Amino acid sequence: MTLEGKDITFAYGKGAPVLDRVNISLSSGERVGLWAPSGRGKTTLCRLLAGYERPRKGQVLLEGRPLFPHEGPCPVQMVWQHPETVLDPLLPLGRSLEETGPADPGLLEQLHIRKEWLRRFPGELSGGELQRFCLARALQPATRFLLCDEITAMLDLVTQAQIWDFLLREAERRSLGLLVVSHSQPLLDRVCTRKISLKE
Amino acid sequence: MKRVNRRFSTLLFLGIAAALLGAVTLAGICLKDAALVTDFSRKDLPPCQGFLFGTDWMGRDMFARTLAGLSLSIRVGLLTAGISACVALVLGVLSAAFGGWVDALISWWIDLVMGTPHILLVILLSIACGKGFTGVVVGVALSHWTSLARVIRGEVLQLKTAPYLLAAEKLGVSRWNRVKLHLLPHLLPQFLTGLILLFPHAILHEASVTFLGFGLSSEQPAVGVILSESMRYLTTGKWWLALFPGAALVLVVVLFALLGERVRLLLDPGSVHE
Repeated sequence: MTLEGKDITFAYGKGAPVLDRVNISLSSGERVGLWAPSGRGKTTLCRLLAGYERPRKGQVLLEGRPLFPHEGPCPVQMVWQHPETVLDPLLPLGRSLEETGPADPGLLEQLHIRKEWLRRFPGELSGGELQRFCLARALQPATRFLLCDEITAMLDLVTQAQIWDFLLREAERRSLGLLVVSHSQPLLDRVCTRKISLKE
Repeated sequence: MKRVNRRFSTLLFLGIAAALLGAVTLAGICLKDAALVTDFSRKDLPPCQGFLFGTDWMGRDMFARTLAGLSLSIRVGLLTAGISACVALVLGVLSAAFGGWVDALISWWIDLVMGTPHILLVILLSIACGKGFTGVVVGVALSHWTSLARVIRGEVLQLKTAPYLLAAEKLGVSRWNRVKLHLLPHLLPQFLTGLILLFPHAILHEASVTFLGFGLSSEQPAVGVILSESMRYLTTGKWWLALFPGAALVLVVVLFALLGERVRLLLDPGSVHE
């Protein structure tokens, strides 16, 4: 299975294009690292590939067919740098987690998610704890590609190691395609099978 | 002595105000028949021990009439504010959720209703519905939803782009569940505050329209009817006929306005921890 972004051009409002005719492809089981200086559109590219934005020109294709509009669980999921923004502050985390079906207890155990956290609200947990919830939620059965937008940038080294260790095992087991966005070259070197950069 | 925090004092105030309004409503219902009893042997009595608010030109107890009138006003206020708030919620959500021509149509409708003189619109709607209880309820309910609808529309427009709502869509959460779990709970504070702040408007407009003769019928002990009738006797020195019902109406309206303001303080994230 292949996820492709073909000739993608995008601009916010009437401003200059953030992305201009960008091509990117990602296959199942592949781990691609995406690197660029700040403000060059890494997050925007992830948002476009996951369907949060529509490109001005170009297309997002899954197995050669346009991915959007898409009904039901999207096979391309995005994990954000700031997990607190994608979890409803008024909903207990257990409810957020099980919105699309019962959570896999094995997955929760591997992510070190404690049972008592399920009753808590997002404002009551740390960024690292919330990021584990976001990963558990994004790794639903229908997911084939995971776009990780600087998901461990704000976490301590131990938590970073735990999360990447889990994610690599899970990607291997399920043959997921990973797009890893990071400013850290050592991380990309260690995690990815291929690296690309967004040039000016 | 331990200082009472603002949250506690607000909750205490809410409890007392709600209990007071509830008591007035219940007392009014119980005194409904007493408010209609005429006895010409005790007519035009000024306030005294037996009749706290005096009696009118037919010997009716003004205390019973005032409470019955307030009770009726509060019930009409609750009903009309409830209908208004529901209309505002539905139209505000529809406007923001669908956008395009639906938004344009609803926004135009809001501007149209807001642009029409308020009391005139209530009177016209009341007359169109045959005046009386139905006329007042329809008139007040269909003319007070606009401001809250605008607030809800703005809130939904903002919520629509919230990352947690977009993420839920990508995760395959159904449209209904997204509305139920992620949209409505966030609208609840605005809705509740708007609903309570609608009460004083609704009560005042009910009384005004009734006072002008386009609202509740004259046999009902409504505050508007009492004030309208007392106008004829004010020049003869019977001040108690207008003073007590008028002051009681102002008190109820102020109480509801303070109640709404305190509820807003409790529900607003910016002030909830004060």
